[in-house]
Amino acid sequence: MLRSSLLKARLLRSWLLRSGLLRSWFTVPVVLLFIAMAAHAADDRNPLVGDRTAAKKGEYQFRINCALCHGLGAHGGGRGPDLTRAVKPHARTDVEMFQTISSGIPGTAMPANGTNGQGVGMTDKEIWQIIAYIRSQEVKAPAKALGSASHGKDLFYGDANCSLCHMVSGKGGRVGPDLSAVGASRTREAIIDSVRNPSRRLAWGLTEATKEFPQEYESVTVVTAEGKEIKGVTLNEDNFSVQIMDTSEGIHLLEKDKLRSFQKSRESAMPKYNADTLSDKDLNDIVAFLASVGVK
Amino acid sequence: MREHFYAALLVLFAMFWPHAQAQVTSERLVNASKEPQNWMTYSGDYSGRRYSGLDQIDLRNARTMVAKWVYQTGATGKLETTPLVVDGIMYATAQDDRAFALDARTGRPIWMYQRELPGDIRPCCGRVNRGLAILGDKVFMGTLDAHVIALDTKTGNVVWDVSAADYRTGHSFTVAPLVVKNLVVIGVSGGEYGVRGFIDAYDADTGARKWRFYTVPGPGEPGHDSWEGDSWKVGGAPAWNTGTYDPATNQIFWPTGNPSPSNRGAGRAGDNLYSNSLLALNADTGKMNWYFQFTKHDEHDWDATQVPILIDTGKPDAGGKRLIAQANRNGFFYVLDRTNGKLVSATEYGKQTWSETKDAEGRPAAKKEASPTLEGHTVCPGALGTTNFMPPTYDALTGLFYVTARDQCDIFSTAPQPYEAGHAYYGSAYFPSEEARPYLGFLKAIDPATGQVKWKFEHTSPTWSGVLSTAGGLVFSGDAEGNFVAFDAASGKALWHFQMGGAVYAAPMAFAVDGKEYVAIAAGSAVYVFGLP
Repeated sequence: MLRSSLLKARLLRSWLLRSGLLRSWFTVPVVLLFIAMAAHAADDRNPLVGDRTAAKKGEYQFRINCALCHGLGAHGGGRGPDLTRAVKPHARTDVEMFQTISSGIPGTAMPANGTNGQGVGMTDKEIWQIIAYIRSQEVKAPAKALGSASHGKDLFYGDANCSLCHMVSGKGGRVGPDLSAVGASRTREAIIDSVRNPSRRLAWGLTEATKEFPQEYESVTVVTAEGKEIKGVTLNEDNFSVQIMDTSEGIHLLEKDKLRSFQKSRESAMPKYNADTLSDKDLNDIVAFLASVGVK
Repeated sequence: MREHFYAALLVLFAMFWPHAQAQVTSERLVNASKEPQNWMTYSGDYSGRRYSGLDQIDLRNARTMVAKWVYQTGATGKLETTPLVVDGIMYATAQDDRAFALDARTGRPIWMYQRELPGDIRPCCGRVNRGLAILGDKVFMGTLDAHVIALDTKTGNVVWDVSAADYRTGHSFTVAPLVVKNLVVIGVSGGEYGVRGFIDAYDADTGARKWRFYTVPGPGEPGHDSWEGDSWKVGGAPAWNTGTYDPATNQIFWPTGNPSPSNRGAGRAGDNLYSNSLLALNADTGKMNWYFQFTKHDEHDWDATQVPILIDTGKPDAGGKRLIAQANRNGFFYVLDRTNGKLVSATEYGKQTWSETKDAEGRPAAKKEASPTLEGHTVCPGALGTTNFMPPTYDALTGLFYVTARDQCDIFSTAPQPYEAGHAYYGSAYFPSEEARPYLGFLKAIDPATGQVKWKFEHTSPTWSGVLSTAGGLVFSGDAEGNFVAFDAASGKALWHFQMGGAVYAAPMAFAVDGKEYVAIAAGSAVYVFGLP
């Protein structure tokens, strides 16, 4: 009895697979055709182009869905890039931006539409409204670079000591964030501010629903049971354990209840570079270097 | 003393009683605390206290607990279910309207159900489900496409399936229903879309709707004048978390959510009844006996949908009171007289900046400056609230009410947003404010008699886990980093933890099979069960 019903289930399953396969072969060209039509019709541009109310409606949608990370006015928050930049590696065309908003960016905190479990998500029309708003907020970057990228590179890997802690394109230190993409995602002003005032904006951890990457670069000092002091940044932490990278890039896996002391601080481990230690001109050059890497 | 002895004897008897495969009856549900080996409603019993009378796992041996089995649901997103266990079988749900029955000793599946959902549903806040209700040979579930269904307990076959509302206009069910007598009581979700909220009761045998209570009164009904113009038609006040029931007075206590649009009060001048309220309904008819509104004319998305817990302070003839307590999303802990809905006390239990005064009834009153502005300004708690859907617990032995809480403030902004059926209808939004950075999360133990916080455990980050208390002197809860933790109920000291590898959005429960106590919780994509070695 049991065996016969198992057999039936198997037969049914294989039939479903086969028919599903047939159907999917059939649908492939149809779907391709639709995509081609949509791409052609959209001409890589927003179908709402010309609708003057779209940007205003998009502003409200932006506040609801995007401002959490990208900040009011799309100027970027602690987590999300500044979207007022005209150059966006993941949104060179409106269609590409639509795709990015719909599907997210793998490997980053940018979630696919409707998947962060926090809100309703956006309809296609609402996404196009948001795109209209973002485009309306874009500020064109100066055509000419403001500094010397090659001198910036020398400084980054040399006298300015950036690479002791930061990596760019696989070269450099590990204690601070990898800066390979920072030039493409942050404004010049934001990068300058984080060099001059590193503690003002430590990376914000993500809200719980999308909490896959909790690293906030909080500074930490612990004293072990043996009395050894370790200073570094937290890689991860829960109620009972903490994972730390010390200033020599050593990784320490610690149980909190075995520590003599455990102190966290949102004062950045990065030294504050004022104009005496790094001139405005040199800083401009470093920003130019980061920007030149970011657009590649 | 003698009373305790007999109670213990009864518990022992119940634990070792051979598992009669008797069906769940409404009498068994009324007397649920007499069979602590079973967990037959969302909150464990009708009082809503999420308390287990099992005491095998206790203060001395909790540190030796081990994982017994894990069931992978295959679902992604937030797993919010509280399993039911009846006579050795566990019934639970997962995202995208999955339901399943498991051997509660091993986690091996007996049946699985997954609903074929329409492609165009857009439920808010994740495709979640918080659990089932059970009666006779059926379990009951609300679905994301706004149906109520009954599944056969032995096969998972659909016995009946009724549509409650149109999902295309933003209606859905995420709540675990509550069975009262022969009725399946359920509240709708959709406060983000401007639905007109309701609480329904369906005949458990046939699925026929027996009554509906609209949480927004229509023309001619009392409370209708608390809405401006036609705003009542899209007024929200959903009812998306499970209520409680008092068999002595045959009253259902069901909490309601935010008025729509959630962040904009312009256009809906008035108190907006019965949003953000606790409703006392006659279980047979759905007629309202009383209501208490926690947050009038809410503009911060502070749904009052937290599970309300019945607390008795002694025999009535000895001056004992029949109370109902709720730790509200707005940052205050409320105690009401459940015989009449009158406020007994309201005490701040988390960071709040919206209220400095109380009205004539003693209810915290909103400051004018707390209203969202076009530019946005900071108010505490934030929109996620001091607490949210995570159910609390009350332990009569310690006399403490345990609740997951957070301190967080948000910048609330407002903007006109026209109503469009099925579309998000927030009236703008909120985002985190630096004023409460980094966010703080706690497990707090509140004394309902005084409203004072007796102890608190600070989490690394805020959690969405509910809380369970047991006769073993323990409180269980989970954290956002994936730990399941046993606490000393009296002191808040963490005694034991297990890393489950996924954040917790569910609430724990306890059960026993073959005389052995287990504690269960869902985390990540799986259901975990723990016990003594």
